[in-house]
Amino acid sequence: MLHPAIDVNQLTKRFDSLLAVDHIGFQVAPGETVGLLGGNGAGKTTTIAMMLGLLKPSSGEVRVLGADMVRHRYKVLHRINFSSPYVDLPHRLTVRENLIVYAHLYGLSRPKARIRRLIEGLSLEELEKRRIGSLSAGQKTRVALAKALLNEPEVLLLDEPTASLDPDTADWVRSYLERYRMESGAAILLASHNMGEVERLCSMVLMMRGGRIVDRGTPAGLVQRYGRQTLEEVFLDIARQNDRFQSSKAAQ
Amino acid sequence: MMRESATAQHSAAAARRIYAMLLRHLYILRGSLPRLLELSYWPTMQMIIWGFMSTFLATNSSWVARAGGVLLAAVLLWDVLFRGQLGVSLSFMEEMWSRNLGHLFVSPLRPAELVVSMMAMSFIRTLIGVGPAALLCILFYDYSIFSLGLPLIAFFVNLIMLGWALGLLVVALLLRFGLGAENLAWFIGFMMAPISAVYYPVSVLPGWLQKLAWVLPSTYVFEGMRAVLFEHRFRFDLLAGALAFNLVYLAAAFALFIAAFQSARRRGSLLQVGE
Repeated sequence: MLHPAIDVNQLTKRFDSLLAVDHIGFQVAPGETVGLLGGNGAGKTTTIAMMLGLLKPSSGEVRVLGADMVRHRYKVLHRINFSSPYVDLPHRLTVRENLIVYAHLYGLSRPKARIRRLIEGLSLEELEKRRIGSLSAGQKTRVALAKALLNEPEVLLLDEPTASLDPDTADWVRSYLERYRMESGAAILLASHNMGEVERLCSMVLMMRGGRIVDRGTPAGLVQRYGRQTLEEVFLDIARQNDRFQSSKAAQ
Repeated sequence: MMRESATAQHSAAAARRIYAMLLRHLYILRGSLPRLLELSYWPTMQMIIWGFMSTFLATNSSWVARAGGVLLAAVLLWDVLFRGQLGVSLSFMEEMWSRNLGHLFVSPLRPAELVVSMMAMSFIRTLIGVGPAALLCILFYDYSIFSLGLPLIAFFVNLIMLGWALGLLVVALLLRFGLGAENLAWFIGFMMAPISAVYYPVSVLPGWLQKLAWVLPSTYVFEGMRAVLFEHRFRFDLLAGALAFNLVYLAAAFALFIAAFQSARRRGSLLQVGE
């Protein structure tokens, strides 16, 4: 991999006595989708926050599109975007108003045309004049995705991109993301609890536990290595290793 | 030549991001008549109460009678400071209430641009809030604050600058302590009112408090206002004092905001702040 879109080396984050992310390293190539899997508290959101430059690492390095995200993130922020169900868009603004504001923030050269394409592409026509605060969780997720795709990002960080969507819409969004990756050659890092989604979208999976990457591989490779039928079973194996570890520690 | 062109491009991009943030708040104001009315409600209420008080005192107090409108001018100018501070704090709190900070801080918007946009929004909110009250004052009490002439601009600029500095201080505390510090936005301005000598000369204060009063730019402004109204002269020394302190406070408040922002980046609170 000559020029990774995302390059993480020995990345560590410590909050006082808590080691949230522990010397992790991975790369994501342009046009690749990598899944970040792990239970609650595994360190996924902390990792994504450091990749966006929202959180300063205690040590280690994150480079996105060649830029050090601690010191030079403003060089590349206009080429990156992100979506998370834990961060909202202004509630009192309509869908269209929100997209206009973010189109200007990202310096789009033809904002109206781009917004129109996204509204049509993500079937938001009926919602565009409605305030974000009046939308259902699933509708908000679709709008957040539209915002995340506004600047046609070369690196897309997605935290639970299909959370709260019904199975049909979730499947449709996955197809949309796959198409976007193929057409744009974007690198996508996906944190999800939906194993079916990860199996479908990701060419590589990073399994996190206790702030460390405890395993990695293709979805099929991991399933084979653990002798399981599905990625969900692999996920449970890894999560329960942790439980057993905790129990034996408690017993000692 | 190429460097100049790159600088011009950078400035244009920054201006556009600031415009985007203004648009974000103007959309809210445009879509909410109650919010617009609320902005001018308190300044108008204050003006009405103090207007009647002035009318009464004009016949019972030689001090007020000597300079018609001294209390009304003080009320309106005080609101410039208060609205200026609130304009900055509220713009930031809107982002916290809607849990939008995470999106903003991963966009190309820089902290300094956010600060400029909050100041610009504060200026607009102050005009919307104090403007109608100033006009109604002419209608109700036959007193126009615009009769202060050019000094009014100097007073307005200095008070709004102090409002911005206080607003940034509140924002820094919000970044550090979250919405728990929200109440500060509502009372930090009032804390300064007694020693800013808004409605009375600074000489009324005890000696030790006068020393404290003279480190507040607002004290210079209100003393300057009374000099214009009572002595019909503009005190450049007071203007210089107000400006000097304002520049120091504004620089300190900006530094504090940046420090709080960097601290939030270390602690990881930018994704968490919100309702």
